[in-house]
Amino acid sequence: MSAPAERTLIAPTEMNRRAGRLLYRFVLVLTVVGFTLAFVFPLYWMASGALKSSAELADPNPTLLPQSWHPESYSEAWTNVGLGQYFLNTLLLAVGAWLTQVIVDVAATYALSRLRPVLGNVVLGMMLATLMLPVSALLVPTYLTVTDVPLIHANLINTPWAIWLPACANAFNIFILKRFFDQIPGELLESARLDGAGPVRILWSLVLPLSRPVLAVVSIFAVVGVWKDFLWPLLVLPDPARQPITVALNRLAEFMPANQLLAGMVMASVPLLVIFLIFQRHIIAGLTAGSLKG
Amino acid sequence: MAAPTLARAPQRTAKPQKHSVDHPSRLRRRIRENLTAYAFLGAGLICFALFSWYPIVRGILLGFQQVTFARPSTWVGWENYQRLFDDPLFATAWKNTGYFTLLALVFGFVAPFATAVVLNEFRHARSYLRMTVYLPVMLPPIVTMLLWRWFYDPGPGLFNNVLEMFHLPAQQWLESENLAMVSLVLVSTWANMGTTTLIYLAALGSIPGELYEAAELDGASIRQRLWHVTIPQTRFILMITLLLQIIGTMQVFVEPYVLTGGGPNDATVTVLLLLYRYAFVYNDFGMASAMSTVLFIVLGLFAAVYLRLTRSKG
Repeated sequence: MSAPAERTLIAPTEMNRRAGRLLYRFVLVLTVVGFTLAFVFPLYWMASGALKSSAELADPNPTLLPQSWHPESYSEAWTNVGLGQYFLNTLLLAVGAWLTQVIVDVAATYALSRLRPVLGNVVLGMMLATLMLPVSALLVPTYLTVTDVPLIHANLINTPWAIWLPACANAFNIFILKRFFDQIPGELLESARLDGAGPVRILWSLVLPLSRPVLAVVSIFAVVGVWKDFLWPLLVLPDPARQPITVALNRLAEFMPANQLLAGMVMASVPLLVIFLIFQRHIIAGLTAGSLKG
Repeated sequence: MAAPTLARAPQRTAKPQKHSVDHPSRLRRRIRENLTAYAFLGAGLICFALFSWYPIVRGILLGFQQVTFARPSTWVGWENYQRLFDDPLFATAWKNTGYFTLLALVFGFVAPFATAVVLNEFRHARSYLRMTVYLPVMLPPIVTMLLWRWFYDPGPGLFNNVLEMFHLPAQQWLESENLAMVSLVLVSTWANMGTTTLIYLAALGSIPGELYEAAELDGASIRQRLWHVTIPQTRFILMITLLLQIIGTMQVFVEPYVLTGGGPNDATVTVLLLLYRYAFVYNDFGMASAMSTVLFIVLGLFAAVYLRLTRSKG
């Protein structure tokens, strides 16, 4: 498993000494055990707690393994409490936000990066300037805007558009897409243009296939962002029938039996954990790309 | 997360436009190209205008208005601000938020850096450790809060059980005025340290190994190398994450909303929780907007420092 060591804080000679090796082993084992206890064990505790009976959960002496197995709390939470519906609501919000963000932001960035219209740089500057704004400072005016959209006077409360449309005004997406689109060699697009390809075709057949990695990053962050969100859907989706599972869980937490609540919490988490396990590389790449480089 | 350096990226020179005025066909083509470009840009422009730019202006204006849904809003001047500064909870909220931010920095700034420095030395289990530290970040915050509320529970809660195992006194995690805020910071640190740790790891990975070698030849001990090589080499990232963390933690909401509701005895009322109450419990949108503006100005100061730092580095 040991990779060719690049030089770090501790010298290879120090590491190879007997005391050094022992210390290394010791710290490594300690860290692995510590991390497992701190970060994996709570997840196990949640998932296994859902399998326990209500009486066992309320017992002041918790058990590591369920004494009796109650996998039915998952199905009860899904059907009886209606978490299935909330789960599907979340799915709808996440997929819609993903689609609208990718379509709107990719088109906008393509225009800014490759078509370069008059005043394009001003628009780009104004978009990126919003990265500096604390989201919470805009909470109230954005909420009021959603209740009565200017010009068309639509009320988006209790519609998924209240989640989807504000999500499109995402300067972070524009930022990482722009950086990627700018790197695509101009000659490639120019020759396609000379062959008679229009801007739509160039975007669809050239830019998008080349941009797969950055599209993956934008997509993952769009889905994960909406799935994790709590405050905004709490405000704009007051109708319980339309709420995502995050808002519903908080509302129902007082009334639900503990094992079903835990089952619901597992359900709300599993899709994100699966996404993470599959796309780890992209997520970590996007994380560092967004915060470090430049 | 922001990286504003893009605005300064070298612009490709625009196509020469000198002759376009002389040739009507060329002018027409430029107009057509611009129309196409704005057709692509349109939806994004509308979204930003409606849900970002317009709310900024409106938020500032709302701070000077009394907002009622029945009648048109009326202009009230500085009245909202006056009422805001007269509200004793306003000062409490800022004090609590400052305390939260400070504690979050003590835990959330030191812990990830120390973790990253240690992880960077390991040749084994690297991907496992990276993955586990990031797992909490992937949980929906509401799940994290409900999970920890269960851990903190004075009855069957896990934490008091563990304390009991070591014969330590049980704690009133969320019910004691002194401990409640610390408990919130613990959750917050647990949930967020994965991000910072991975950012630091990336920064540590980019330190040239020759620097360590040179320091070693000069007889520097491990601690001296840490102090004179590792920290200076990552100082820029440390500063940036410090500022981002301050900006982030000043907006803390879910933790007090779910775990304590601001209690006990207002000990965990934070700025954003109070803002939420003004707007969505008391329906006083004018006062909430005045508060947003104050928050915006305070965070703007940090953002300005951040911007200066990233600029001067570029």
